[in-house]
Amino acid sequence: MITIKNLQKNFGKVSVLKNINVTFEEGKVTAVVGPNGSGKTTLIKSILGLVKLSAGTIEVNGKSIADDFAYRNSIGYMPQTARYPENLTGNEILSLIRSIRHLNDYDDDELMKIFNLEKEMEKPFKNLSGGTKQKISTLIAFAFNPKIIILDEPTAGLDPVSSSYFKDLVLKQKELKKTILLTSHLMNDVQELSDEIVFLLDGEIKFHGSVQSLLEDKNETKLERAVAELMTRSLPQ
Amino acid sequence: MKLVKEILFYEIHNTIRSKWVAFYTAFFFFVGYGLFTFSGDVSKAYISLMNIIILIIPLVAIIFGSIYFYNSREFIEMMLSQPIDRKSLYRGIFLGTSIPISAGFAVGFSLPFFLFGKVNDQFGGFLVLLLMGILLTFIFIALSFLISVRQDDKAKGLGIAIFIWLVLAVAYDGIVLLLIYLFQEYPLEQSMIALTILNPIDLGRILFLMKFNIAALMGYTGAVFQKFFGDSLGFIISFLALAAWIIIPFFFSSRYFKRKDF
Repeated sequence: MITIKNLQKNFGKVSVLKNINVTFEEGKVTAVVGPNGSGKTTLIKSILGLVKLSAGTIEVNGKSIADDFAYRNSIGYMPQTARYPENLTGNEILSLIRSIRHLNDYDDDELMKIFNLEKEMEKPFKNLSGGTKQKISTLIAFAFNPKIIILDEPTAGLDPVSSSYFKDLVLKQKELKKTILLTSHLMNDVQELSDEIVFLLDGEIKFHGSVQSLLEDKNETKLERAVAELMTRSLPQ
Repeated sequence: MKLVKEILFYEIHNTIRSKWVAFYTAFFFFVGYGLFTFSGDVSKAYISLMNIIILIIPLVAIIFGSIYFYNSREFIEMMLSQPIDRKSLYRGIFLGTSIPISAGFAVGFSLPFFLFGKVNDQFGGFLVLLLMGILLTFIFIALSFLISVRQDDKAKGLGIAIFIWLVLAVAYDGIVLLLIYLFQEYPLEQSMIALTILNPIDLGRILFLMKFNIAALMGYTGAVFQKFFGDSLGFIISFLALAAWIIIPFFFSSRYFKRKDF
């Protein structure tokens, strides 16, 4: 579980996140949606400790993340763009992360088969396509059995078959009571995967509730239309 | 420390497989090979090697370090999402970049000496040049990391890196000469020592000159250093100042890295 209280993040004079209060619960997939520049990635990076908070607190599984790094043992993260040292192979990166996490409890065989990665893991990253790197990122995010999974635009670079496998994987993890957080511009994916939606605009949460309640509220059957309406309504007239 | 070692191990693997490092090693090998083949005088070969080392190493180290750091940005983000502290990661990346480049230089530079059996001719000189090359690599990679940590824009960062190299390697001597000319009526010895310590490339040169006992023949600062400190003390002082040139930029960049937003 992730609890965020009064989170504020400024870059210089620009306020990117304003007074964010939200809880991401176990066993649920929460989608953070919003237009470009609304603060989605900054919110995720705040949870990961990649950006330092200007104010407020973040707790992961009941413990404050301030000045801590061990909490990231319980997080699997898949970044928006996957870029790795170009002369290393997937296997080398995986064993590096394995030794950082001091973990023997990992399961990458199934994921490697699903994404057909066995041969690709032997090649240096400079010879791999963007999609394959994205699959390796998926592997890294899921292989260490983390309690919390954070996915930043996960399906953007995946082919339809991998994307479909990926969604099955997310739903399976949800069954295992994981806390899953994802951002995406693809509303079909969000509708398929998510239980809850956090709608961010200009660094503020404008809506937080279940996907169902948003659809009912906006009287729509498609999430894309409901979110589009939310976006246009929230913008200054 | 264990985390630093892990990162270092993989960073070294990554850097050492880069074509840059192979090219860099080959460059020093062929320069040394050429000098020993075509120049009969070992001392002249040493001085030519010194001039190449103090120009090329700072340039390659500062540019390679900047490009490497900017290209590693997403990887750094990915690593920071793992349970690792920033200090260990930064140390691992710094050493993982500096060690392979230094090793590339050390191998390319040393091979011709062994091939031509020149190591025993001037063993001290060989060691000083080797040490100077390694120190300059660490210094300019530390400087490049300081620039890259503070400046997020890659184009600006590379511009600053090249500018710093130009000032220290090319323009500095001109500025010193201008100052000597402008203040010729005043005693300048101490200011000259301070100015030399402020430039790691000059310091590297001094280190070499002290060793070869030819400081007086090689320009004003060399003569001043020798007069003030004598050969051994001058050598120790310039060596310590070079070490400070690694530690100070590394300390500040590491401190900034710890609180940087990615």
